[in-house]
Amino acid sequence: MSLVLLVVVGVLFSIGFYLLMQRSLIRIVVGFVLLGHAANLGLLLAGGPAGAPPLLGRHLPGGERMTDPLPQAMALTAIVITFGVTAFLLALAYRSWLFLDEDKVQDDVEDRRVNAEARRGAGDEYASHEVAEEDHG
Amino acid sequence: MLMLVLFHATVALVVPWALRHDRRVMTYVAALAPLATVLWAARQTGAVAEGRPIAERFDWAPDLGLVLQFRLDGPAWVLLLLVGGVGALVLAYSVWYFGQPPPLGIGVLVAFAGAMTGLVLADNLLVLYVFWELTTLCSYILIGGFSPEIKEHRRAANQALLMTTGFGLVMLAGFVVLGQAAGTYTISAILARPPQGVAVDVALVLILLGAFAKSAQVPLHSWLPAAMVAPTPVSAYLHAAAMVQAGVYLVARLTPAFAETGAWRPLVVVVGLVSLIVGGWQALWQDDLKRLLAYGTISQLGFLMVLCGAGTRTAALAGLALLLAHGLYKAPMFLVVGVLDHRFGTRRGSELYQTGRRIPFAALATALAVASMVGLPPFLGYVAKEAALEAFTHGGVDVAVLAGVVAGSVFTVAYGLRFLQAAFGGNTETPTVQGLKDDAVSVWQSAFRGADGARVRLPRVALWPIVLLAVAGFGAGLVPGLWQEMIAPYADRLPAVGKGYELSLWHGLGLPIALGALTWVLGAGLYFLSPRLRPVWAALSRLPTGRQGYHVVLKGLFKTARGLTRRTQVGSLPVYLAVIVLTVLLLPGTSLVMALNRGTVPSLETGRVQPWDHPVQLVIGVVVVSAAVMAAWVGRRLSAALLLGAVGYGVVGLFVVHGAPDLALTSLVVETLTLIILVFVLRRLPERFPPLRRTRAARVGSAVISVCLGAFVTTFLAVAVLSRQYAPVGPGYAREAAEEDAKNVVDALLVDLRALDTLGEISVLAAAAVGVAALVLTGMREERPRHRDVPEPAETPGGRWLTAPGHPPLGPPSVLLAVTARVLTPTILVFSVYLLFAGHNQPGGGFVGGLVAGTAFVLRYLAGGMRELSAALPVDASVLIGGGLAIALCTGAGGWLAGGNFLQSTVLEWTWPVFGHVKLPTGFFFDLGVYVLVLGLVLSLTRTLGSSLEKEPEKVSGGAS
Repeated sequence: MSLVLLVVVGVLFSIGFYLLMQRSLIRIVVGFVLLGHAANLGLLLAGGPAGAPPLLGRHLPGGERMTDPLPQAMALTAIVITFGVTAFLLALAYRSWLFLDEDKVQDDVEDRRVNAEARRGAGDEYASHEVAEEDHG
Repeated sequence: MLMLVLFHATVALVVPWALRHDRRVMTYVAALAPLATVLWAARQTGAVAEGRPIAERFDWAPDLGLVLQFRLDGPAWVLLLLVGGVGALVLAYSVWYFGQPPPLGIGVLVAFAGAMTGLVLADNLLVLYVFWELTTLCSYILIGGFSPEIKEHRRAANQALLMTTGFGLVMLAGFVVLGQAAGTYTISAILARPPQGVAVDVALVLILLGAFAKSAQVPLHSWLPAAMVAPTPVSAYLHAAAMVQAGVYLVARLTPAFAETGAWRPLVVVVGLVSLIVGGWQALWQDDLKRLLAYGTISQLGFLMVLCGAGTRTAALAGLALLLAHGLYKAPMFLVVGVLDHRFGTRRGSELYQTGRRIPFAALATALAVASMVGLPPFLGYVAKEAALEAFTHGGVDVAVLAGVVAGSVFTVAYGLRFLQAAFGGNTETPTVQGLKDDAVSVWQSAFRGADGARVRLPRVALWPIVLLAVAGFGAGLVPGLWQEMIAPYADRLPAVGKGYELSLWHGLGLPIALGALTWVLGAGLYFLSPRLRPVWAALSRLPTGRQGYHVVLKGLFKTARGLTRRTQVGSLPVYLAVIVLTVLLLPGTSLVMALNRGTVPSLETGRVQPWDHPVQLVIGVVVVSAAVMAAWVGRRLSAALLLGAVGYGVVGLFVVHGAPDLALTSLVVETLTLIILVFVLRRLPERFPPLRRTRAARVGSAVISVCLGAFVTTFLAVAVLSRQYAPVGPGYAREAAEEDAKNVVDALLVDLRALDTLGEISVLAAAAVGVAALVLTGMREERPRHRDVPEPAETPGGRWLTAPGHPPLGPPSVLLAVTARVLTPTILVFSVYLLFAGHNQPGGGFVGGLVAGTAFVLRYLAGGMRELSAALPVDASVLIGGGLAIALCTGAGGWLAGGNFLQSTVLEWTWPVFGHVKLPTGFFFDLGVYVLVLGLVLSLTRTLGSSLEKEPEKVSGGAS
C-alpha cells in the first residue's frame, strides 16, 4: 500500500467534499470531479499494490506481479460515467444561470414554502370547509 | 385455479383493446370471464360437497417463500358462484347502462372479477393480501375513473382507497405476525394448528380492523355511502355483492380456529351489531336510493359479521347462506336504481312518482329481492334468517345478541318497505297501508292486465339481470339442502349446540319463526310511524359521524406531515450534505476509532506498507494535491477549470505508475473533453465566482467536516487494505480471460465477463446525454440544431476544400486550425478504430475508442463551428446513442440465439478470400456498441453545450469582475 496514494485520496476527498458543500454550481462540479478522481484512486488502492499492466502473454521481469484488473474495469466505466454526469451538472449550472441569473444552489423552493406557511400557521390545504355538510343526506 | 385468475387477467387486458370498435360485443365477451368462474365452480360441486377441498400450488420462488396457494372449499365455492354469476350479469347489464361501455371500465371490472376470484381461492395469507389490495385498486379506479373531472368523485375514490388500503396495511401487519407465530402463511395449515399467545391476539385484532374497513363496518363505514357516486353496475357488483363481502369472508375463513381466541368474538359481534343497527337506522332516512342501499349494505354486512364471527355451527350455516342471499338480493336492487336513474333522470325518492306502473316487471322483480331481504318464505333470505335467529336462542349472552339481531331486522323490514315505496310508489311523505296497497295493485295491473299507456319498454338486457338475480334468490330458497350440503363440511368444524341444525324451509313452529313474524310486524309499524320519528333522527344526526372522523384524521395527518417537513427539511443542500457526512462520521467512524483503540485492526508492520510504489508517484502526488487545493481556492471559474484539468492529468500519471494503461488512456481523453465542455459552458458564465455570503462559522464548519471526512476515508481505506485475508478475485478473471483467448483482462472484464455491468453503465451515459439535451435545449428560442437544418456547405463539389463553412465558436477563424483539424481527423479516426480492435489484446477498447473518435469531431467543431461539425459527420447524435445501445443489446440477445444466456459470448470463425481465417469474439460487437454510443455522447454534448450556447442568450450576463 502506497502512503502517497493514500494521502492523495484523502486530500482529494476532503477538498472535493468541501467544494460540494459550496453554493456555486461550478464549484460543485469541480468538487464532484475531484471526488470522482478520489474514488477511482481509492478503488485502485484497494486492489493491491502497483505492478505490471493486466495484459496477458507478456514477459514479466524479475518477479513483478500483474495488478488486479477488476478495480481497473470498475474505475474505467466510472471515469466515463463521471464524464457524463459532469456534463449533466454543467448543463444544470448553465440553465440555473440562464433562468435565475446565478449558478447557485438555491434552497428548495417547496421546503421554504412549507416553512413559511408553518410560521404563518396558515396553508392548511385540507380546509375545514371541505368537510361536506351532507353527512346524512 | 391459477389459470382461472390468469384467464381473467388476459381477458381484462386483451378484450377491451381487441374489440374496442364494437363496445357491445366487447362487453359480452368480457362477461365470459366471470361466467367461466361459475362453470368451473359448478363442475367442482361434487368434490366440495364431499368435503374434499381442491388445492393447488404454484412455486414461484420457493426459496423466498413465494408460493401461490389456492384452495376451493365450501365457503369459497359459495362466494365464487356469487362473484362469477353477479359479475357476468352486471357486465351484461353494463351494455345497456353505458350504451357505449368504456373499455377501461369494462377491463377493470373483469380485472376486479379476477382479483376477487383470486381472493376467494387464496390459501396463503400473503396471496390473499395481494388480491385484497388489487380489488381495492379496482374499486378506486371504478369509483373515480368514469368522471375524474368531478371533484366529489375524486374525493370519494380517495376516501375509499385511503380507508381500505390504510387498514389493509394494518391487516398485513396482522398477517405477518400471525404467519410468523404459526411458522407458515398457508391458511389451511394455520387453521389446522392455530398458534396461541399474546402476539396472536394482537394480530387477530389487526386483521379484524382490515376486515371491518373492507366490509364498511361502523365506524369505518363512511367510504361506502360516498362511493355511491360510482356507476350503478360498479355499486351493484363491488359495493354490494362482491368486494365488501370480502371482509366477512375473511372472518368466516378464520373463525373456526380463532373464535375462542382473545377479543375475536366480542369484537366481531359488537361491531357487527352496531353496524347492523346504525346502518339500518340511517338507511331509513336516505332520500338518494343508492345511499339508502349503501347504508342497508352496511347493516347487512354487520349482520353477516355477527353470524360469521360468532363461531357456532348454526351461525356459520346462517352466515354463509346469508352471504349468498345478500349478493342475490342487493345486486338487483342496485341495478333497478340504475334503471330508474336512467329512465326518469333521478334516483331520489322524493322526485320519483309512481314509476312502478311504468316499469312493472322491474318493480315486481325488486319486490322479490326485497322479500328475500326481509326474510319472507320461501326465499333464501328466509332460510338464512331462520337459521340466524335459531343460532342465538340458547340463552346467556346470546339473548343480547338475539335482541340486537331482531332490532336490526326490524330496521331491515322498515327500510325495505321504504325502498319499494320510494322507488315505485306514490306518496312517500306519509306512508299509509292503503297507499301501499294501491301502489301494489297498480303495478300488478300494469304488468298483467294489458295495455297501460304509461308502461315504458325496457330492453331485455336491462331487465333480465334484475329478474334473474331476484328469481335466483327465490329459487335458491327452494333448495336449502344443496347449501346445507355444501357448507356443512366447513360448519362442522365449529361447535354445535344440541342436535345438528340443518338449513330448511320448515322447522316447525318455534321461537325463530315467531321472532321472524315479529320483525315483519314491527318493521311495518316502524315504517308507517317513521314520519313522526324524523325529529329524533335530526337530533341524532348531530352526533359525530364516521365521515367527520375520517376528515379529522386526515387533517391531523396533513398537520403532522407539515410539522415534520418543516423540522427536517430546511431546504439547504449544504445542510443535508453535512447531516449525511456527520452520520457517516458518527456511526461507522466511531466504530472504526473504537476498533483502532482496541487494536483489533492489523498493525502497520505487516510489511505491506511502503511510502510509494515508485518515486515518481510522490512527485505527481504533490502536483495533484497542490492543484486540487488551488482549484478550491481560486476565484476565477476558468482558473478553477484549468486547475481541475491539472489534477486530472496528474491522476492519469498516477494510473500509469500503478500499472493501469487502459485507465490512463481513457482518463487522458476524458480529461481533455471535460476541459473542453467546461470551457464551452464557462464562456456563458461570469468570469468570477459569486461572492461568498456565508458566515465564518459556516465556512469553518464545512472545512472541518470535509477534513474529518478525508481523515475517515484515509483511515478506512488503510484498514480495509491491510485487513485483506483472502486472495483477490482479480487474478481469477485473468484465467477466465485467458480461456476466452483475450489478452487485455480489463477489456475482457468490460465486454464479456461483467458485460451486464457495462450495459447498465452505457445506459446511464445515454440517459445523461438525453438529460443534457433536455436541460439545454428546452425552452430555447432557436430550433434544435440538427445536421439537416444546416445548409450543405460544399456548394461546389471538389473545389475550395479549405473554405471553412462555419465560424469557430471561440476566437477568430484560423486557417491553420481548420487545416490541421481536417488533416488530423482521418488519422484520429483510424487511431480510434485501431483502439477498438486492439482492445482485445492491447490497451484500448470501446470506451476509449469512442472518446478518441469524439475528440476528432470536437476538433472539427473548434475549428469551424457547428456547420463544420455537421459537414464532418452528418448523423444525428441521438441516432448514434440509440444505435450503440441497440447494438449492445442485440449482441446480448445473440447470446440467447446461440443457446446460452443473455450476453454470453462465443467466438465466430470463418474464412474470407483475402483475409483468410478470421476469428471474432462476439464481445467485439458489444464493444462496438459501446464505441458508437460513446461517440454519440461526445457529439451530443458538443452539439448541445457547444453550438447551442454559441449565441448569446437573451439576457445580459451579470458577471462580476
